[in-house]
Amino acid sequence: MRRLVPVLTVVLAIFAIWYVACVPMNVREVLTQAERAGAEIVPAAAAERRDAGALGLVLRNTAHLGASWSMERAKLPAPHQVAVELWDSTVGEEVYGRRGIVRSGTLSNRSLIYHGGVTLSATLFGFLIGTAAGVLLAIGIVQSRTMEMSVMPWAIVSQTIPIIALAPMIIVVLYSLGLDRFLPEGIAGLLPKAVISAYLSFFPVLVGMVKGLRSPDQMQLDLMQTYNASRGEVMRKLRLPASVPYLFASLKVGIAASLVGAIVGELPVQRGGLGARMLAGTYYGQTTQIWAALIAAALLAALLVFAMGWIERRTLRSMGVQA
Amino acid sequence: MMLVIAALLIWAVGWGLNIWLANGVYSKSGLTQIAVPVIFGGTIIAMWELLVRGLEVPGVILPPPSAIASAFASSLPILWGDFVQTIVKGALSGFAIGLAAALGTAVLVDRYDFLKRGLLPVGNFMAALPIVGIAPIFVMWFGFGWQSKAAVVVAMVFFPILVNAVAGLQDTTAMQRDLMRTFGARYWNTLFKLRLPAALPFIFNGLKIAITLSLVGAIVAEFFGSPTQGLGFRISTSVGQLALDMVWSAILVAALAGSLLYGVLVLIERRLTFWHPSQRG
Repeated sequence: MRRLVPVLTVVLAIFAIWYVACVPMNVREVLTQAERAGAEIVPAAAAERRDAGALGLVLRNTAHLGASWSMERAKLPAPHQVAVELWDSTVGEEVYGRRGIVRSGTLSNRSLIYHGGVTLSATLFGFLIGTAAGVLLAIGIVQSRTMEMSVMPWAIVSQTIPIIALAPMIIVVLYSLGLDRFLPEGIAGLLPKAVISAYLSFFPVLVGMVKGLRSPDQMQLDLMQTYNASRGEVMRKLRLPASVPYLFASLKVGIAASLVGAIVGELPVQRGGLGARMLAGTYYGQTTQIWAALIAAALLAALLVFAMGWIERRTLRSMGVQA
Repeated sequence: MMLVIAALLIWAVGWGLNIWLANGVYSKSGLTQIAVPVIFGGTIIAMWELLVRGLEVPGVILPPPSAIASAFASSLPILWGDFVQTIVKGALSGFAIGLAAALGTAVLVDRYDFLKRGLLPVGNFMAALPIVGIAPIFVMWFGFGWQSKAAVVVAMVFFPILVNAVAGLQDTTAMQRDLMRTFGARYWNTLFKLRLPAALPFIFNGLKIAITLSLVGAIVAEFFGSPTQGLGFRISTSVGQLALDMVWSAILVAALAGSLLYGVLVLIERRLTFWHPSQRG
């Protein structure tokens, strides 16, 4: 309760600012529409309006601003327009639409559920690859001093590099390799995006996992030695369990990074997904469509991070960690 | 075939050298610490070159490092223009605006407990969202020029810096604040003389996350529309022309810029937070 009121106030303030901002953002289109409907606009000439400031136009035409929150292709659509679009392109499209799952038995390719599913599968696939690679390399680094000294500095340097810049190239190269000849249809389309996702989640997992595997202190390591434990046993029975809390902290960062990777990976190939949806919206000026895809991506991110947190709590509790 | 065997030989020699160096008597010395990763990187590049030539991998899939180096050297003016457009105009100006806005907000949030309880959960939530998605909208609003890229960067760096700065501003002990009060210090004196300096290590942690994000934001925003210049533009058009040596050159520029900016941040941090335990080593 102590937090609910302030959080709600901030969220309401954001919506209020959004609604107010719609007026100056959309004023030019609104006034043009009003003029076509026969209203008197100040200044009358379109050329003069083009050079005038948005705020000035708002103040001088207060009577004709009613359409600010209902424009078809608004520069900034109002929150309720985005909400309506979100509803239409999820429930509306699937339940009532001709191509929706209720009537045709398959998800409609115009619904955000379908596109979100495409993005989600690429994200999870890439996340699994990236996590597996990160964990394996971390184990290698902790076991071998040579590997640590050779690889670790590069892993740290690569954190400062905008890896996402590689995305378009990875996509094109992987497609030109013609993977669909060797792999089943579903995986071949998924793989290029998943590679980018994997790449982005790989480094957080690697760094966190190395830290976690190193977290047992000297006393615990000495105890293992008095038990005459082999290196493999120290890894299995001490280091790996000790690294779990660190692993989950990086997994939460990694899954969010994976989602960003999948979305960016969808930009060059228009074959479905939230990223493709955003780019299509940009091409056709469908701003509500972009906003709806953006909100869907945000919900997906929140869901993934939340799910990861839930798994973390469950796992840590079953391992007996006081969380 | 000879080249492939040579590549494997180089790998064996490089790795053997590293095993010897890392487990030898000099493994703790500073020179070895630098030599081992350099040898590893050099081995990888040599293997890349030899394998690409030996297996005759087409240049449209993976060009050899020598081709990338020559493309890089021969198109320096173009790449410099891209660097200025994306890094200096887009990323750095956005980074500066985002930093100023986030620090201002952090001071406000820290001053008013209501804002702290309301804005911080929202900020933490926003920091986990794929904010790059806002790029197409900002490109539509602010045009194809660098302004839209700077706006995306502002949106991306704002929350990581804000969350870290607020955490840092709370990092003074009651004893330190009481001492300031006994000196008769007002709110602003305490803020500038005690709490902002004490927050600097946290702020720099946020800045280190944000600097990479700013490059990501500026480059990805260019995929949605840009003038005929910029690293993101160069990458997406060169991919379209299958000029992969040019793509790799642009990526090299981005990588160098990222490491350079990060290095500059670390240097500034060392100067400003020389008193912090992590810097005294």
